[in-house]
Amino acid sequence: MSDIGQNNGRRRFLTTVTTGVGLTGVAVALVPFVSSMMPSARARAAGAPVEVDISKIEPGQMLTVEWRGKPVWIVNRTETMLDNLKTIESKLSDPESDESDQPAYAHNEFRSIRPEFLVLVGVCTHLGCSPTKKFEIGAASDMGDDWVGGFFCPCHGSIFDLAGRVFRNVPAPTNLQVPPYSFISDNRIMIGVDPEEVS
Amino acid sequence: MSSFMEWVDARFPATKVWQEHMAQYYAPKNFNFWYYFGALSLIVLVVQIATGIFLTMHYKPDSQLAFASVEYIMRDVPWGWFIRYMHSTGASMFFVVVYLHMFRALLYGSFKAPRELVWIIGMIIFVALMAEAFMGYLLPWGNMSYWGAQVIISLFGAIPVIGDGLSEWIRGDFVVSDATLNRFFAFHVILMPLLLALLVYLHIVALHKVGSNNPDGIEIKKNKDADGKPLDGIPFHPYYSVKDIFGLMVFLLIYFGIVFFVPEFGGWFLEKDNFTPADILRTPPHIVPLWYFTPFYSILRAVTWEWLPGGAKLWGVMAMGASIVLLFLLPWLDRARVKSIRYRGWIFKTAVGVFVVAFIFLGYLGTKNPTHVDLFLMENVYWAQSFMILYFLFFLLMPWYTSIDPTKPEPERVNFK
Amino acid sequence: MRNALAAFMLLLTPAIAAGAGGEAHLDKVDINVSDTASLQRGAKIFVNFCLSCHSASYMRYQRLADDLDIDEEIVKQDMMFAGDKIGDLMIATMPTADAKEWFGVAPPDLSLVARSRGPDYLYTYLRSFYLDDTTPSGWNNLVFPNVAMPHALYEWQGNQKPVFIVDEHGNKKFERFELVKTAQLTPEEYDTAMRDLTNFLVYLAEPAKLVRYEIGFWVMIFLLVMIALTYALKKEYWRDVH
Repeated sequence: MSDIGQNNGRRRFLTTVTTGVGLTGVAVALVPFVSSMMPSARARAAGAPVEVDISKIEPGQMLTVEWRGKPVWIVNRTETMLDNLKTIESKLSDPESDESDQPAYAHNEFRSIRPEFLVLVGVCTHLGCSPTKKFEIGAASDMGDDWVGGFFCPCHGSIFDLAGRVFRNVPAPTNLQVPPYSFISDNRIMIGVDPEEVS
Repeated sequence: MSSFMEWVDARFPATKVWQEHMAQYYAPKNFNFWYYFGALSLIVLVVQIATGIFLTMHYKPDSQLAFASVEYIMRDVPWGWFIRYMHSTGASMFFVVVYLHMFRALLYGSFKAPRELVWIIGMIIFVALMAEAFMGYLLPWGNMSYWGAQVIISLFGAIPVIGDGLSEWIRGDFVVSDATLNRFFAFHVILMPLLLALLVYLHIVALHKVGSNNPDGIEIKKNKDADGKPLDGIPFHPYYSVKDIFGLMVFLLIYFGIVFFVPEFGGWFLEKDNFTPADILRTPPHIVPLWYFTPFYSILRAVTWEWLPGGAKLWGVMAMGASIVLLFLLPWLDRARVKSIRYRGWIFKTAVGVFVVAFIFLGYLGTKNPTHVDLFLMENVYWAQSFMILYFLFFLLMPWYTSIDPTKPEPERVNFK
Repeated sequence: MRNALAAFMLLLTPAIAAGAGGEAHLDKVDINVSDTASLQRGAKIFVNFCLSCHSASYMRYQRLADDLDIDEEIVKQDMMFAGDKIGDLMIATMPTADAKEWFGVAPPDLSLVARSRGPDYLYTYLRSFYLDDTTPSGWNNLVFPNVAMPHALYEWQGNQKPVFIVDEHGNKKFERFELVKTAQLTPEEYDTAMRDLTNFLVYLAEPAKLVRYEIGFWVMIFLLVMIALTYALKKEYWRDVH
């Protein structure tokens, strides 16, 4: 038990190197466990892109499809609906969608590739509820006399316009998300795939 | 840092526990190879719990889904195969290290006074571990899982009067079924791990009360220096912590060697028949438990004497039970004045040798068809009966042969080169 | 105690050797899952001949494309049934109920057959069909007597008959197959094709096989380094102990 410290330099060096290499090993060993919680091959197969026929959606109507377990709305917006979007910009918190989540090709005035077809993930950016559609105009909508159509989240009262843009003074922080999507023909869109990926 | 520790120590005895159980826990300095397996058992337990948690995230305890969910883990879950192989290999390696740990106790008399309770708690851990492994083995819902459980649960049917009712109660059905799978899952992932963690804690508490034994089997507390520290003792930390970490690395090399290169281990860790889903209509031609149960399974099957009152089946079950109960009694069966095999006479050494041979051959025969001839001269069942008799004689004659064994005097101080 | 350990290990050896076990004579097959070309050929045979009746219901087409280095478009066109998606599981087209009626038993799922039967069994089985008037299908198999499945690769192999010899105890013993009618492949070509198919089935039973050896190699290297380091560390600390 004598001579403690007789080769302290070597001892400290070995301890440091062993600890360092050992901890690196532990960190690498954690990778499999952490990644096992990522979506599995089954989840990814179920989350594959969804092809939708949009020819049956009448102007002013909406179709809901499921993509990655989430509702995706496709709205065929009328001329009036599109015109109204400009009139309410002062009431919106992010009218230019600069703070919001959408692919570059949908970062525009109508938040869409083709102006009339709006594609949105129907999940409120506040806490994940699915808002309901409120397409009636004015008092008939229960949303006030100057309502021009949009979405209302029943959970905490967030409201969005017909481009998914969020109003001021509601809990939701950003506009509704636009998923990646692309037109594979005039009447068919593919949700989950960016336009450049479609050959 | 030190002011933080002061703050903690005023509220929780962190430093005190560290000192008592690590930095100021004096362990004999002459530990050898056999002393790695206690720490390794603890680490394997932690690995099994950790991998088990991740498997539970993907496994489905439902007879319609269980088998497919295991394959889902093996294929669809990222790294699922790795986690599952760690768990399946870990189960077998758990028994490897625990058997070696127990054998160490036998060699050096670690079960003898004052360590009887360390041994008893350890034996309870062993039995709990067998239950844990048995229930876990049902979960993949392969054909061998299914029939193995069917056979073992039927054993309880041998108990007079209450047997059949008891088997049905354990299964929750008339055969092994969804109900059985679901309750085994609950026991395997909640009850038994909690129990094992508690028992391991008690095992260490009892050990640290009496102090570790050593290959010379003498009490290091008899020789203390002026400060009251054992002359032959060294602080567990850092001396045994660095030594055990080295042992762990060697263990991990073997363990991960199996995980990555031979996860089935030639059918010993993962059996062929378990890659087909449970089939109520098709019994595998040859039902065997996994290797760690086969010595006891062999004893169960070796009792074939129908003339015994109550029938051979009942006596087989009782013999199997007795083979484990006798292990509990070891501290009182051994009458020798010395602990370590180093100072025991030729009689005990021979007895241990015979016992080891009997145990290993019982294990081997447990994997074989009883009516075949795999050794020589006679059918397996007769060999099993012979080895079973030797197994029991080792314990039953122990009070006699340990008291007449010509022992050598123990040294005053431990041998340390 | 080193001697005791050595003796202990020695005692274990016969038990380990016995773990392999063996039954009837099976031809050895040379399995190599890193032979991607062989796996691709095997996959093609599997999809063309097996998958119409047998599912591989734990396997996804996507994985086949990724692991075997086959272009997704080729998998879609040549291997998948119309209406299947690339992420789908490989499910047979034949409804199980129909199959049960036609063959008496439902064709088993083949995802794990290489793990439950072993590659040598499969390789021998695939090459041991012969014509037999006494069975419902008209076919029999030497390693799986009275098998319900007819010889699906008859057009490749042709048909053969087993030749038996009678030993001194009067027992009939299989000696070899004799080709009665040749077909599209020579016996050597057929054996190679069956080796590819068996190779693929081994992969199919455990896709992780493709990666685990290589990862394992690096883990071993790492642990050897750690053994060296911790051994040096232990030695260094234990200089204190006299």
